[in-house]
Amino acid sequence: MKKAKRLLPALLAPLLLFQAPPAQAAEAPEAVPLTGETIYVYNWGEYIADGTDGTLDVNAEFTRRTGIQVEYSTFDTNESLYSKLVGGGASYDVIIPSDYMISRMINEGMLEKLDFSNIPNFQYIDEEYRNMGYDPSNEYSVPYTWGVVGIFYNKDYVTEPVDSWEILWDEQYAGKILMFDNPRDAFGIAQKRLGFSFNSTDEDQWIEAAALLKEQKPLVQAYVMDQIFDKMESGEAWLAPYYAGDAATLVAENDKIGFAIPTREGTNFFVDAMCIPKGCRNKSGAEAYINFLCDPEIAAANMEYIGYSTPETAAKELLPEDVVNNPIFYPPQEILDNSEVFVALPEETSELLDTLWAEVKMGGPGQTATLLVTLGGFLAIYIGIVAYKKIKRKREL
Amino acid sequence: MKKAVSRVYMTLVFVFLYAPILLLIVFSFNDSDTKSRTVWSGFSTRWYEQLFQDRMLLDALRNTLIIAVVAAVASTVLGTLAAISIDSMKKWKRKLVMNITNLPMLNPEIVTGVSLMLLMVFAARFLGVDLGMGSIILAHITFCLPYVILSVLPKLGQMDPHLYEAAQDLGCTPVRAFFKVVLPEIMPGVVTGMVMAFTLSIDDFIISYFCSGTTQTLPVFIYSMTRKRVSPEINALSTLLFAVVLLLLLVINIRQGKVGKKREVEA
Repeated sequence: MKKAKRLLPALLAPLLLFQAPPAQAAEAPEAVPLTGETIYVYNWGEYIADGTDGTLDVNAEFTRRTGIQVEYSTFDTNESLYSKLVGGGASYDVIIPSDYMISRMINEGMLEKLDFSNIPNFQYIDEEYRNMGYDPSNEYSVPYTWGVVGIFYNKDYVTEPVDSWEILWDEQYAGKILMFDNPRDAFGIAQKRLGFSFNSTDEDQWIEAAALLKEQKPLVQAYVMDQIFDKMESGEAWLAPYYAGDAATLVAENDKIGFAIPTREGTNFFVDAMCIPKGCRNKSGAEAYINFLCDPEIAAANMEYIGYSTPETAAKELLPEDVVNNPIFYPPQEILDNSEVFVALPEETSELLDTLWAEVKMGGPGQTATLLVTLGGFLAIYIGIVAYKKIKRKREL
Repeated sequence: MKKAVSRVYMTLVFVFLYAPILLLIVFSFNDSDTKSRTVWSGFSTRWYEQLFQDRMLLDALRNTLIIAVVAAVASTVLGTLAAISIDSMKKWKRKLVMNITNLPMLNPEIVTGVSLMLLMVFAARFLGVDLGMGSIILAHITFCLPYVILSVLPKLGQMDPHLYEAAQDLGCTPVRAFFKVVLPEIMPGVVTGMVMAFTLSIDDFIISYFCSGTTQTLPVFIYSMTRKRVSPEINALSTLLFAVVLLLLLVINIRQGKVGKKREVEA
């Protein structure tokens, strides 16, 4: 008992450390007292400037300017965002999904229409990024970031020019190739190589793409997401497709790593955009937040932290010149013209995609049979042991 | 020869257990601009500095610690009481109750998580509240309970049941007899149960993920970093947690050693 009494304060002590987070120094005079309002924001992990390393703490700044507090949490994939919203139990005011997830949510009636009179900063969004395929009349979303997919390669080993997805099928680099560990991005590469659209509804095209991925599988070292950074840096892998925005740190700090956008077949152009889900409790607060994130100054601070590209020319002007002029982040128009955005697939197609992806990763159907045989084997062993024990006991008697 | 083999084997086991932790600690001091976790580029404590500036991470850590402390204490109290009544049950009844309490431990975590979420969403709608800290704490108490019961029960079995009766014969009220006699006897089991509940709660991902609503715990926060790149801040934080736990263990062990010696001397 005595020990427990002493242990408890020891366990509780660390909590005291976090009582008072260092408050942002109020530099500007326009600090607004708290209004008691709160908005709930759900965004990608590490996808907003948070005050570390001399960046602007965007959420704190929002609270300072509007008096609205921000409850901020993060997700790892569009799919987990979707399941959280569908599962219920969590109501958010602002979410930031990607293109195809936005169109799916629009189709399923999960998003609120935005009141653009509350989002005057929408004027800063460039014309090219409005009315995109996933939200054709631009009623539900405001673009936050965009980027393209390209190939990271190790210059020491890959000396030929990287201008086609075909290089990911090159036997020469067997075992040194990485691939996306999510179905849309992985199939996208095969589809572009075959000259198909990402958003095709033709079953045969998907099956053909799956066949191409299965053909590639023996050459692939691993299907990964963020581990590509470690694997590329250490030289464990030589070729990896990934989002251009992440090229910043990797290419800048490593002379031997290059980045190229396959110009021959074209690539995927993705957008992450801010939306308000149905069931939100504070729509005006949410719109104020979206408006705030569109402020060119704030957008520039976020882009500097995230490393992805901004849809605002006004924000671009505030960013360092070497970033804006870098074709990795802001590729020339002909590459953008040659790229395609993901749109939600109809239900049958996305079910087909899930099945095909499982086949690619696990090596085809016929798994049920193996599973049954294994389970049967275990059962037989168990019955054997039980029977043996019974016989033994009888003999002993 | 046999000794040498067993020594090599033991070294291998320890290397296997501790090499990952060691690597994690080493790379928490890596001076890298790319957040690298594999390429060493000099010593610095920058990730520790950043760790204490990162409000989101500290929020997640605070949530996790509050949940773990509350869940551990609550499940220890409930579990100890449950163990005492289970201990006094008749044979078949006791077996039945034990099986019911053990079942959730064998249940796959994802099943527990999803079913708890469904129940809580239903209850929350009914009551007009949101999932959040409260629902996570309830969920954690639920899955910690069987572990506490399991660690307290054997201690009750070892205790002489007549001690409690003797205390009452000597004038203790039942409550006083419990605190003066029973509790000190089963204390080691209670403490073990509490520590186990605390650690289980701290590193739970799946159940927290489903029951969290808009509240975020540390494991969920770390997992959401996987699109971009898990920051070495997490290495720094893990190192600190590891050091704290190590220190606690050392203190407890040294104190226990002293108490043991004292008893020997007295005897």
